[in-house]
Order: sequence, then structure tokens, then C-alpha cells
Amino acid sequence: MDRNQSHRQLAAMKQSLFDQGYLDEQFIQLEELQDDANPHFAEEIVTLYFRDSSRFISNLDQAMERNPLDFGKLDSIMHQFKGSSSSIGAQKVKAECTLFREYCAAENAEGCMRSFQQLKKEYAVLRKKLETYFQLAK
Amino acid sequence: MNTCVDKMTAETGMDDPGDQFPVGMRVLAVDDDPTCLFLLGALLRRCQYNVTTTNQAIAALELLRENRNKFDLVISDVHMPDMDGFKLLEHVGLEMDLPVIMLSAHGDPKLVMRGITHGACDYLLKPVRMEELKNIWQHVIRRRKFDSKEQNKPNNQDKQPLAGSGCSPGSAGTSNTDQKMTKKRKDQNDEDDEHEEDPSTQKKPRVVWTVELHRKFVAAVNQLGIDKAVPKKILDLMNVEKLTRENVASHLQKYRLYLKRISCVANQQASLVAALGTADQSYWRMGSMSGLSNLHTLTAPRQFQNTVFRPLSSSGVIGRLNTPSGLVVHGSPSSRNIQFGCAQNLNNSMNDPLKFQSTIVHGNQNGNLVLGITGYSERDQLQHHKHKSISSVQDMANASCSHTSLPSVRNNSFMVAARPQNTQGGGANENLSSIDSQPSEISRSLLDHGSCGANWSNGVQPTQILPSSYPPTGFPRQLGFLPSSNPSGSSSITLMYSQSHDATANANSQGGINSSGHMSSNVQFRGWEDRNQDAAYRSNVLCSSLNSLIHENSGVSGSASPSPTDPAFYRNLNFNCGNPIQTKHDGFAKLAEEIPLRQDQGYIIHQQMAQQSRISNNLGSLDDLVGSLMKQDKDKVKLLDGDLICNNYTVGTSM
Repeated sequence: MDRNQSHRQLAAMKQSLFDQGYLDEQFIQLEELQDDANPHFAEEIVTLYFRDSSRFISNLDQAMERNPLDFGKLDSIMHQFKGSSSSIGAQKVKAECTLFREYCAAENAEGCMRSFQQLKKEYAVLRKKLETYFQLAK
Repeated sequence: MNTCVDKMTAETGMDDPGDQFPVGMRVLAVDDDPTCLFLLGALLRRCQYNVTTTNQAIAALELLRENRNKFDLVISDVHMPDMDGFKLLEHVGLEMDLPVIMLSAHGDPKLVMRGITHGACDYLLKPVRMEELKNIWQHVIRRRKFDSKEQNKPNNQDKQPLAGSGCSPGSAGTSNTDQKMTKKRKDQNDEDDEHEEDPSTQKKPRVVWTVELHRKFVAAVNQLGIDKAVPKKILDLMNVEKLTRENVASHLQKYRLYLKRISCVANQQASLVAALGTADQSYWRMGSMSGLSNLHTLTAPRQFQNTVFRPLSSSGVIGRLNTPSGLVVHGSPSSRNIQFGCAQNLNNSMNDPLKFQSTIVHGNQNGNLVLGITGYSERDQLQHHKHKSISSVQDMANASCSHTSLPSVRNNSFMVAARPQNTQGGGANENLSSIDSQPSEISRSLLDHGSCGANWSNGVQPTQILPSSYPPTGFPRQLGFLPSSNPSGSSSITLMYSQSHDATANANSQGGINSSGHMSSNVQFRGWEDRNQDAAYRSNVLCSSLNSLIHENSGVSGSASPSPTDPAFYRNLNFNCGNPIQTKHDGFAKLAEEIPLRQDQGYIIHQQMAQQSRISNNLGSLDDLVGSLMKQDKDKVKLLDGDLICNNYTVGTSM
């Protein structure tokens, strides 16, 4: 693939990720941290995030199967998840986390369930997109 | 990725001299989330700091304990699995007196307040941004400056940017200096000097500003007139051996600041309270801190905005309060020495304020407790001093009482309630010893022992003090504040509280609380200026109850004549009428709840602090208030005892 072309594609993709709200300005900061010493910082941290957050997802899966739901615990896991998601600029995921926590606070099991499903979806979508993005960036 | 400690050194120079500062500033970053930690580390390195990261709070603490001079600043997440971030904050504040910045994905004001009360320099939200990190070095400098000021010798002081004050430490310049200190932080070019005088490395013999000593100081100041009081003259009047002019100078500075704070804070608090609306316990914790608005300002020890000491008349109290750093540090177990614990750290570091607060207030949010006086230099010593601290605390309480400015005792100066070492539990509690078990007993003992503080030592058993470890055990978790984890109040203080918490808290709270809202047990109040804030609030609410208590206290303490105290008391009470009440209510309600729980802990003050978190904002009946007050003895003590204590400089040090 032509260099320029791939660059353009990359730029376009990135732009669309922003436009669609998958990423926010925090992601820009990640890229700004890239320099000669850390040329792939953004990719590294994103990889780290997906690797680490998969345990959040599985913890949440387990916790969501309990009956009755332990909202406190759910909230606590989600809080962490939210923190790391926001660190990489995963905007939609973060928003879903917030929503989930609100349901937890209201002890709305149904809402939590729905929100969690949505969260997983967003998370999967983002993961795919970013994987593609970084592939392109190589 | 999950290595315990990952040290990435951007540069080799550890003790980078000031000329390159903030480049090379040594930061310890703690966050259990690997993504966040990775990002934080990268950002910090980009700022050219010397970064060490760890994902475990315990490992971080060990690193720090291993060599406290290895780091300049600590940044920690709030939610961590192995240890609560606030707890870590407390520990660091108490033991190492390093500035600590809290990080969280939550911007909940309650949490922020907790950070403040626990002594955090700052509270950042995730995702953290580079711009914010670029400025964190200010906390280090600020602390150094204040500490240096405290410890500075005359010539050093000259170097200080006291420019406006004419450079002579002792003279009227001191107050100017205080103000200038903060302003000059940037102007100062003497970073090198500061570095050399890094408090952590300096080994100066600490002067313990015992209650008696402070009393003399205040008497001398009053005699000379606050405007004309210069260290040299004060020193002469005091006629104390081995007290240097510098000691007096720094103590004077604190005292002045304290006075200032009291007047400013009072106003601030009132408005803050109003603004806050939710009188959340965390608010209480802040107690004096006008915290909410001044979250960041809190960092400046000197500027305690939060600590609002009600300007009660007792100068003695103020004096004590204000001189955290220079204050006696834990001193010898000898009786009579009230240790103000604050010792150096208090002043400048954030911890100080907190320490004070915590110590003083123990239960109260910060320092208000007279007891709490921070200052414990080592946890180990705490136990030692616990005993003492209690007595001192009492004195402090008394002293603070006079000041009535319970609010935000944060300032170190405040309540130097010799808590320092005892913080753990012992401090105040020790005296109370009996208190631990039963709140009522404690109150009685408190009361019997001469009310507030002063008599603490009588009853207190040294053993009461909680072990230096900040045992969460003592504090009923339910309460939520977990003394061990931290009295919601200042971090430093909390430590103390937790430790002494048990002891003192119990004493204080117990005493007062149990007995039908006996405020008297709050004798501890007495001295707590810090708590003033809370106290103030509480006072409002509890005015009625307080009044009765005061009388009681008066009676109990004996020395404190009701009359002087009453006015003062009322003064305090009315300090924050209005909104504070609201907050107080909440706080009180909680207190009430907590008090019983705390009994074990005996840490009344602490309770207050803890209460903060807990205190639901609903003040229930007056009883609740009282209860909460009791719990928050610390705070209360201040209120009530402000006056009472002042009069009773009975250094209960029976240690």
C-alpha cells in the first residue's frame, strides 16, 4: 500500500473514530506522548488497556450472574474500569460505565444488565477499530 | 507490567539541587490499574520528573519507609485493592511528611473533602492531564519553604524571601514572612537553600511546645501585645531554658497565621457551608477547611484557609496551634509535655494541617482536636507519646478552646495536640484510657479529670493508645470512617487519630457522647481549634446542647471557669451559625451514631472525622447532634473547650 495512501487512510480512520465518539481528546494526548523514546506509546497503552480490562469484563460477568446483585461490588469494579477507559480516551465505553454506575446506585438490576450488555458491545467494537487502526499505523 | 516497583529513572541525580527543579523531582506514583499507571508514569516522565511507579500501596509505603528522603512527592490513586488511598495518604503524611496528591476517576466532592481532611495536597481527576502534572512540583516547594521557615536559623531566615519583612526572623517580619512565604515561593531563588534545609534531612532538635510552654508563650505575647511581640522579647519574657529565639520565632509565625486563619476561615467556612449545601460528612471533616473551595489551597499549609480558628481569646491556644512545626515533637514521655506533635511537619506540609486537625480533633475532622496535634514523628513513638499526647492534647484543647476557632485546624499550629506519636490511638486516648471502653466512662473520666484535655492524662492509660499501627481494627468499620484507614479528616491527623484515635477518641467521644450527649466529655473539645470548623458548625447546631455541656465542662474541668468559657463557647458556637448547622447536623447525626461505635476506639475526634464520611446529612434530633458532637469530640472539644481549655492549661500530661 502506498505510504501516503495509508497515511491518509489512517488519518481518516482516526477522524472517524473521533467523529463517531469512540475516542475523545485523551487519545490525542496519548499520541502526543509518543516521541523518539516511546514511538509506539499509544499502541502500547491501548494494548495494555484491552488486556487488562478483559479481566474487568470477566469479573463483571461473574458478578452479574449473582443473585441478588451486589451493587457495591459492581460499582467498584466499574469505577476502575471507567478510570482506565477514560485514560485512553475510550469515550463511549466510559459513558456506558457511567450509566452502569448510575443504575447501580439506583440498584436497578435490569438497568445494569442492559447497560452492561451495551458496554460489552461498545468495548468489542472499539477494540476492533483500534486494532485496525494500529495495524494501519505500522 | 505488574511488577511491584518499576523504577524508571529519567535521570540519575536523585537529589537534584534546586537549580534544576522541578526537573528531576522524585515522584512515586501508585495506582493499581496498570493502564492508568502506565499513562501516569509516561506523563510524569514527560514532565522530566524522576518517576517510580508501583501498583501496590503497600509496596509504595515500604519504599517510602525505607528511605523517606528518596522521594519528593507521592501521587496515589484513591481506590486500590490492597489499601485505601486515603489510608496511604495518612501514613505518608504522618510518617514521612511528604506531599501527596490523590487521583481518582471520581470527582465526588465528598471524596475530595476526604482527601483534604486526610492531608492531601491536591486531588486530580482521571484521566489526568499533562498540564496538571506540570504544576505538581509546587507542592513540594511549598512544603519545603514552610518547613524551612520553621527550621531556619536566623541567617537562613534572612535568606528567605521575607524580603518585605526586613529579613529578621524574629521581628514583625515573621508575620509578613508567612504571607510572603507563599508568595515568594516562586520568587525565591533559594531553592538551593531550601534543598539544603530539606526538612526530611535536617536533624534539628525539636522543641516541644508543651501546653505550659505555649501558655507562657501566649502570655508573653499578650503581655507585649500581638503587634509588638517579637521573638526576642517573647523569649525573654518566657524565660525558658534552651528555647531559642528561632523556636519562638517560628512558633510566633504559626501563631499569627493561626490567628489570621481563624478570622478568615470563619467567614469562609460560613460561606462554604452555605455553598456546600449537603453538609456531607466529608464536609465536616474538613471542618475548618473551607476546603471545598480551597481544596487546592489547602496545600499551602500556611494558608490554611480551611483552618479557621475561631479567634477565641485564648491566645495560648492559638499559639499552640499555630506552631505545628516548630512545636514540640513528641517529646519525651515525661508528663507535662504536651507534645504538639506537629513538629515540623505540621507546618508546612499538608500533613501538618491535617495532622493538626486530626490530632486535635481526633474525632473531628481535622486537627481540631487539640489532642490530635500532629507531630508524631514516628509511629513507634506514638505509643510512647500517646500518653503524653493526650495530656497535651488536652492542653491543646484548652488552648484551642480559647481560640474557639475550631475550624480547620488544619494548620499545624493548631492543635498541636501533641499527638504526634500517639496518633495512633493513643494520644489522646491514652489519657482517657478508660474511655475506650465506654464512652460514658470516658466522658466521666474526662470530665472528672478536669475536663478537656488537661486531665486526660489522669485517667488515661498509656496502653490505651492504639498501637502505632493504624489499626483499623479499633475503629468500627461500620462507622465508616475507619479510624485506621483514616479519619476522614486530614490524612496525617487521621493517622493519629486512628492510633490515638482509639485512645483519645474514645476518651473524648466516649465521655461526652455517652452521657446523654454530654458534651462535657468532649472536653476534648476544648482545645481543638481545628475542630473549630466542625465545631463551629456543630456548635451551631448543638448550641443548646453545648451550652449545657459547657457548663458541665466548666464544672468538670474545674479550672475553666464557666464564665470565660461560656462566652467563648458561645462564641464558638455561634461561629458558624447558619449553614454550618446544616452541615453539622449531618455531621452530628453521624456522630451520634458513630460515637457508640467508636467507643472502642475512644477516638472521639476521630469519629468525627469518620463521621464526616458517614455523617449523613441529616441531623436528626438534637440528640443526634449531641451524639455526633460527642463523637466528634474533637471538634466539639474545640468548641466547647476552646474557652474551657484555654483556661485550663492543665497539662494533663500525667503521662
